[in-house]
Amino acid sequence: MTSIISAQNVVFEYISHDDNKVTALDNVSQEIKKGEFVAVLGHNGSGKSTLAKHFNALLLPSKGTVYIKGMDTRNEENTWNIRQTAGMVFQNPDNQIVATVVEEDVAFGPENLGVEPHEIRKRVDEALKTVGMQDYAKDAPHYLSGGQKQRISIAGVLAMKPECMILDEPTAMLDPSGRKEVMETIKRLNKEEGITIILITHFMDEAVQADRVVVMQRGNAIMQGTPKQVFAEIDKLKSVGLDVPQVTELCARLHKEGIDIPLDVLTVEEMVVELCRLK
Amino acid sequence: MPVEIKNLTHVYMKDTIFQHKALNDVSLTIEDGEFIGLIGHTGSGKSTLIQHLNALLKPSSGNIIIDGVDITAKGVSLKKIRQTVGLVFQYPEHQLFEETVYKDVAFGPQNLGLSREEIDLRVKESLMLVGLDYDALKDVSPFELSGGQKRRVAIAGVLAMKPKVLVLDEPTAGLDPKGRDEILGEIRRLHELQKLTVVLVSHSMEDIANLVDRIIVMSKGKVVLTDTPRNVFMQAEVLKNIGLDVPQVTHLVNELNKKGIKIKDCISVDEAFNELVKYLRSN
Repeated sequence: MTSIISAQNVVFEYISHDDNKVTALDNVSQEIKKGEFVAVLGHNGSGKSTLAKHFNALLLPSKGTVYIKGMDTRNEENTWNIRQTAGMVFQNPDNQIVATVVEEDVAFGPENLGVEPHEIRKRVDEALKTVGMQDYAKDAPHYLSGGQKQRISIAGVLAMKPECMILDEPTAMLDPSGRKEVMETIKRLNKEEGITIILITHFMDEAVQADRVVVMQRGNAIMQGTPKQVFAEIDKLKSVGLDVPQVTELCARLHKEGIDIPLDVLTVEEMVVELCRLK
Repeated sequence: MPVEIKNLTHVYMKDTIFQHKALNDVSLTIEDGEFIGLIGHTGSGKSTLIQHLNALLKPSSGNIIIDGVDITAKGVSLKKIRQTVGLVFQYPEHQLFEETVYKDVAFGPQNLGLSREEIDLRVKESLMLVGLDYDALKDVSPFELSGGQKRRVAIAGVLAMKPKVLVLDEPTAGLDPKGRDEILGEIRRLHELQKLTVVLVSHSMEDIANLVDRIIVMSKGKVVLTDTPRNVFMQAEVLKNIGLDVPQVTHLVNELNKKGIKIKDCISVDEAFNELVKYLRSN
């Protein structure tokens, strides 16, 4: 597999309100492979959103380079192509919806790309179908639930046919069923449409569903690996203000108690299997 | 200061095609000093309900009686109600507006016409209660603070009004796990030290399970369950049908029970740990 995003020694500095230099990213290197599903964790201010914004040229590195499908983000001529390749979904769906009718909102992106009208129609229908919102095409977005609105935002990005989607805490404002809807949509995009996913989240149960987890702290990627590798290091995660799923914590405590149970249990289903094995 | 809600119904945009019954004959009592968790999926009516508690919304029918005073009656002092019931909205940091942290927290008490000394005292106390350093932050612009700090300043602004009932609408939304634990810890302390009645709206069943005395579950404008966290989370099927979850450990125990491993219902990691050790060590 080839890298769709390649960040090399990225440093991002800015001058804060009191004239201090802040280093939000401190020499970060990351390779995101085509078709990969990567979750980025880290406490508020750890640099994870700053990193994500480098992945579609919303921010440019102070030092180092970011290539999206071989395109250098520092070269302004590439910006349009980069944003079409790597689409971004933000936390608050209300800030991303621009039109008063669902299908018009989804059409906004491709219209601005100058896509032919009949092709737009096709893309809008497909995108709404992919996120399971085809029955709401003519509805007004503000009457939809948070989860539905967020799926409209995702459809809007999908209609631009990106190869990669970056989602910055897309479920932070949603209720449990809304979160589930959005997570299922994201996984389907990854598995069925082959779209590369970068998911920034505070929810550990979402991160366990990724292929790879990257943990950010003070502008650095301090841990990475499969969810099992990363979440097995409970103490380290807690020391940087993060958490693990309840079952993972339970396993760690049982393990400390001398019970022969693995440390990398992430889901209820796995834990049931382990406990049945023990007795 | 018990809060009594009697047959509360609220209809939005009555007599139009958009007419929608958001609350349908809700009756419940919140006792003095109780810590209530209010859960329900989006559109269940929980936000509509809490906006009635300080008369931001008027009922279409029914009454709300706080400490013996019917706040839905004509001529009642809205100022007094809002002082008694403090409402912290979702993302309260969006409401910060003053130049300094001090001024922002002092805004409410100033409008009560209190003396300078009293205002001073309340600002200091409120910032301390939310775990912020008064001396270090009083002259700082609230907009220069981190997300978690901003939210605390906003909560302090409500506390400075010395409410008897504190209602918080998803106070941890968007915070990282550490920030979440800190804010919840502070709310718990407020409840314990100040004997505040607290109503906490949350989507996190794990948080609710460990904090509150009683849970009120809403769906489609009605209260469908109200009981201790343990009894509410034992109704996993009912909750699932209305789009809610149970804590992960509760789910684990339910699944184990299905496999014939009989252990007691658990709502926290601590309980599950104790139960599992007991189970695994038996014979």
